[in-house]
This record gives sequence, structure tokens and C-alpha cells, in this order.
Amino acid sequence: MQLVSNLRRLPVGERVCTLKAMPLNLAQKIELRKLAGDVNSNLLIDRESPCYSILYVNIVRTWRLLLSGLAFLGSLRLWQTQLKLLGGRFGTPVLSYFLFLRTLLLFNILLLLVNGMFLVFPQALDPPAYNSSLHTYSGLHLLTGEGYVSHSVMFYGYYGNTLPGQSCGPAEPEPKVSSAHDIAYQSVCDGVGGPQMAPVAYNIPLSYFFTIVTGLFITCIILVCSISRSFGRSFRVFPSRGKLAETVFCCWDFKVTKKLSVQRQSENISIQLKEQLSEQMCCERGHSFVQRLRLQRVRLLAWAVCLASVFLSGCATYFLAEHMHPDQRLMANVEVDVLRESHLLVLPAVVSSINLLLPGLFHLISRVERYDSPLVATYVSIFRNLLLKVSVLGTLCYHWLWRIASEPESYSLQCWENFVGQELYRLILMDFFCTIINTFTGEFLWRLFSNGVLKRGRRPVFDISWHAVELIYGQTLTWLGVFFAPLLPVVQLIKLLLLFYIKKHSLILNCEGPRKPWRASHMTTVFMALLCFPSFLGAATCVTYTIWTPSSACGPFRNTTTPLEAQKLLWQMVDTSTNPKLFWFSHLVESPLFLFLAAGVFL
Amino acid sequence: MGATASQLGKDVLSEYQELTFLTKQEILLAHKRFTELQSRDSRGNLNPRVPTETILTLPELKSNPFRDRICRVFSTSESKDGLTFEDFLDLLSAFSDSATLEIKSHYAFRIFDFDDDGTLDENDLKKLVNCLTGETDDTRLTPDEMTQLIRNILEESDIDKDGTVNLSEFQHVISRSPDFVSSFKIVL
Repeated sequence: MQLVSNLRRLPVGERVCTLKAMPLNLAQKIELRKLAGDVNSNLLIDRESPCYSILYVNIVRTWRLLLSGLAFLGSLRLWQTQLKLLGGRFGTPVLSYFLFLRTLLLFNILLLLVNGMFLVFPQALDPPAYNSSLHTYSGLHLLTGEGYVSHSVMFYGYYGNTLPGQSCGPAEPEPKVSSAHDIAYQSVCDGVGGPQMAPVAYNIPLSYFFTIVTGLFITCIILVCSISRSFGRSFRVFPSRGKLAETVFCCWDFKVTKKLSVQRQSENISIQLKEQLSEQMCCERGHSFVQRLRLQRVRLLAWAVCLASVFLSGCATYFLAEHMHPDQRLMANVEVDVLRESHLLVLPAVVSSINLLLPGLFHLISRVERYDSPLVATYVSIFRNLLLKVSVLGTLCYHWLWRIASEPESYSLQCWENFVGQELYRLILMDFFCTIINTFTGEFLWRLFSNGVLKRGRRPVFDISWHAVELIYGQTLTWLGVFFAPLLPVVQLIKLLLLFYIKKHSLILNCEGPRKPWRASHMTTVFMALLCFPSFLGAATCVTYTIWTPSSACGPFRNTTTPLEAQKLLWQMVDTSTNPKLFWFSHLVESPLFLFLAAGVFL
Repeated sequence: MGATASQLGKDVLSEYQELTFLTKQEILLAHKRFTELQSRDSRGNLNPRVPTETILTLPELKSNPFRDRICRVFSTSESKDGLTFEDFLDLLSAFSDSATLEIKSHYAFRIFDFDDDGTLDENDLKKLVNCLTGETDDTRLTPDEMTQLIRNILEESDIDKDGTVNLSEFQHVISRSPDFVSSFKIVL
């Protein structure tokens, strides 16, 4: 045979290699080998070195073991198995929502670590004097941020303005001062005179300023880098044309042995194929000219309705915010504390209900508009939801930073920063409750209603635009509030953790995948871009504006002109201080190299 | 039954080691598992050829949608039913870590060729996609989607435009995918 003569021509070692690589069964290979003249195969082992020497094989195996070990470590990332299940059953849009949730979780963990290590922990070790009249306990306080919560490390007002080597002295009246010398010797032990307390070795005001700024700066770097990476990846994503054969022939993983995992794999492949197919099938429908004209008119009307509703909700928020405060002065006379404090929850409740109800209206409108491609419909919906949130949040920020900050006395507020921090805290909590209400009514109750009363076999579909914009809104609130309430990332962190599990169980229990699966290949990039541009930039602008605003009679910058001025004066002081270690540390923290290294680690 | 499992002779072991992609430990493990399957067989004497149903009780193959095709492809009997130990070694060798891309793609092609005619035609592709997407109604493709998918696959891979995918066209598609070698693996 041709094969046998070819084999005879090769040297003995290579003969074995060639035989091994042939797609024949063992019996045939043994036969061929006999024919090719290798009579005594025993001698082969002693004489020739096999084509894959044992050492080489061992090295390759060890290397493969290491790689699989690393792959296993990589798969230990948070919620990896749950995300695979969700992606396989509900498709890439839902998966991109949960991936975004996980990213936001990491941002909040970062802010928490930075704030906790440099700000909360030092201040917690040196609390200001206990004043029993301020510390009232009530369950409602956890919701409103009043009472004992407002006098804890949670809010701005708690943080002292003591300096290194400073100790508490007897109470003195606090005149308004503007020189560094006077700031340094200001006491924060209100009212309770008495014995000297231990000297403080940590500069709270300086660290407050720099911690918040550094935290936001690192977040900015990480955001920009992840956006550039996502953009790069989006442009490298090849169109699905040319990939279907590859998916069908190569995607089945034969290592999967458990029945459940095999089912999940099948689901995953099925959804992948359906998404890739629908990408090609869309936009193939043609409309006549009259139909298109009619559709355009409907869409223009829909846009007009949406913009009008957004404007009206902005106005409503503004009027409510303005008119809540005079009521507070009246309310100060009300005996019942509970009633007075639940009054504070009215504005967040109204804002959250606007956020809940108007997107429902948008959803109905988009059904009327009948977009061809589900991708375009989702982007339009996201944009509308975003406009709504921007208008509401913008109105509130204007109200807080322009109106309240400039004349806090007209709103009978001693500590406007605390008030803003509390408002943001209440907004975040209300937002969480509204999401739970939406999950319960929109998904659970709707499924029961749909199956029981309407007797339709279909389950509700996950509204990704509303959920994603809710996440962005919550994160914007956190970033806005981190200057006024350094522990706000904790609240957001707990909220996101609970949200993940609630949403996941609700999805699996109540919802079904999209009827026409569509590929959301750029959705993560869009979310991150929206997180950076309106959300983070807006929050950073507000925080920057706050730094330039005069500070009130509480917090680390009390009795100074603005936090920025205070920093300049304090920094001059640090330079001339006798503590070389602090000096060195401050210089290190300030240097851009340190910040970039820190950002690099997180990336 | 007194299963004195026939020990593998040293020369046989070394021959297997040279002609397959398996290491000594893997061959010995395969021998142990195969003997267990033999003893599970209803007939008292240790039949050199284990019937397919018994092979399919292996946990590595039990839930695999391609299990029947795999057993057929590697079987050397006339009726394509049952594997000898050498067939079993061939199976493991093709699915092993060190097997080359050519071997894997060759056997993958034979596994996907449901009618054993040497090419992947429309029916083969339909059965392949149904195996991939599973049994449930949710995951199965609709007839329209199936037609479009097959049309796309043939468009992408059928270079000579004969309406079927032959071995070299199949290997050409496989070579574009970096994941194939790692997913076409079965480890005991």
C-alpha cells in the first residue's frame, strides 16, 4: 500500500509520530506498523526517544494545569455561575444589566475602602462629645436620616475640625474666623468642658477633602479606562455574518457531563443562535411611503408627549422641594415626632413615584410607535428615561446648591450639608423600595394576573431600559452624596447586593426571555458611557461647586469661608509642622504617581 | 464472577502509548473503567466487545447529546454496535488533551455526519442543530429559523457550492475557531 511504503521511508521515530496522527483505529495502526517492518516494538522504547519526550510532555501538562488553575481562579469572580444561567436563559440584554450591576458594586466597594480607611475609621476613633439631647433613637430615623443617624459618621456634620496635637479644652464661643491660626485652635468639644482628652494625631479636615477628591478621581480614571476598553472591544466585535457555522460546529463543550449543565449549555447555544439570526432578519421589512409618513407623525407626537411629561415632572419636583421647607417651620410645632419626620419622606416618595409611573407611560407610548428593531426601541426608551432622571435630579441639585446653600437661614437650617446628605440618603432608600414595589407588581402580580385572569400563556418581559437607568440614577445619587455623607456608598452597596438577588429570583420565577432574541453587543459600552457622561460628570461638577461654596457651622470646614480656602490654609500649616511622617505621607498621597498606581491596581 | 481483570502486558501498554495520544496513567485508568463496564455486562464471560448501552452508562457520556454518534463512529464491528478496549482507547485518544487539531476535526466531522455519507448535507446539519439546542420547545429553533441557519452555514462554509460541507471545508471552518480544541475533550 502507498501508506506502508511511505512509512517505510521514514525513520523509526517519525514513523510512530505519523501513525499516531493518523485518523485510523488502533487495530489498523498496529497492522500498518507490522507491515512497515517494526517487528520488535520493545526495542523501540529503549533505543529511540519517542517524538514527545517524557520531560516535554510533563512540562506541557504542568503548564496546562497551571492555566486551568488560573482559569478556575478567574471563574471565582463574583456571581459567575448565576450570570451564566441568566445569560443563557434570558439573553444578552439581561446579562448586560447584571454585569453592569456588578461593575457598580465594585465602584462602591472602592469608594467604601478609600473613605473607610482614611476618613471614617480615624473619625470613629475620636468621636466628638456625646450630647444626649441630639441623640434620639427611633426606627423611623433609619429611614429619614434624622436623630441619632444624623449625628453619626454617616453625615458631614459629625466630622470634626481638630488638627494634630490638638486636644479638647473647655467650651468657648466660636466666632467666625478666617485665618489658619484660628482654625487650628478651635475646639470642637461642644458644651462639655472638663478634663483634657487625648491629643488627635490625624488631620480630619485635610483628609476629608483629599479622601473624597481622591476617591472620585480614581473612579473617574477607572471609568474612562473601562469605556475606552469597551469601545475598543465593540469595534472589534465582528458582525454575526460569518460566525454562524463556527458557532454551530465548535461551540459544544464535550467536557460538560452533568445533565443540568448540559441543559444550560443547550439553552445558551439556542439563545446565541437565535440572537445571531434575528440580527440578520431585522430591518428586512419594508413599509410603503404613506405608512412611513404616518409612523413618523406618530413618533413625533410620542416624543412631544414624553418631553412635555419630563418638563412637567421637573416643575413638580421644584415646587414640591420649595414648598416643603416653610411647612417644616410649621411642622416644628407639631408634637408628634413621627408625623414630623414622615413629612421629610414626602419629597423622596413623590420623586420615586414619578420615576416609577412615567416610564410606564413611556413603555406604552413605545408600543404605539412600533419600532422595527428592538435595539432601537430600547435605546429610545433608555434616552427618555434618562431625560426624566436628569430633569428631576437637576432640579433637585439646583434647589440644594443654589437656593439652600446660598441662604440656609431662610430655610431654618443650621447645617445645610447635613440636610442635603439626608435628602440623598432618603432618595436612595426610597428608590430601593420603589424598585422592590415595581418588581412585585410589575413582575410577580402581573404574571399571576396574566395567567389567572387574562389566561394568556405569556409572562412579563424584563424592561432593561428602566432598570439600567435606575442603576445609573442610584449611582449618581451616591456620587453626589459622597461629599455630604461619606458612608453613602455602604447604603448603595447593600442596596445593590439585595437588588441582585431579588431581581434574579424574580426573573427566574416570573419572567420569560424576549420573544425575538436580539443581541446587545454594545449595551455594556452604552451603559458605561452613560455612567460617565451625564452621571459621573454631573456629580463631579456638583461636588466641585460645593467645594467653592461657603461652609456652614458644622462639619470639618466649619467657620471657614469655603472648603477650598480651608484646604489651602491647612496645607500651608502641614508644611511647617514638626511631624515629618505626616508631611511625607501627605506628599505621597498628593503625588500623581501614587494615584496612577492605585488606579492601575484597580484596573 | 471472579473478575480477574486481565492485566495489560507491558509491551501492549507501550504499544498503546506510542500509537495513541494517551499517557500510561490514562491508559491504565481506561483499562480499569472498561473492565468495570465489562463486568456490568449481563453475560457471564468477559466479552471483549461491550455493547453500546453499557458504554452509555459512563457518566462522561450519559448526558452528551452526541453519545450515540460517538459510539457508532468509534465502533469497529460490522453492525457498529459495541466497543472493544482498543476502540475505547481510540475514543479517549481523539478526545484527549494532546490530540492534534486534524485528528479532532476529522472525528468531529464523522460524529456530525449523521447519515455516514462522508459529507454534511442539510439533514445532517438539521440533526446537528437539534442536538445542540436540546429537547425543550423553548430552545428548539422554529422551522424558519432552521432554514435560515442552514442557509447561512452553507453560505459561510460551502466553498465549492455543492450544497454540502465536506471534510476539508469543515476543517477550514474549525481552524478559525480558537475554542474548538479545548471544547472537543472528554476526560475520564
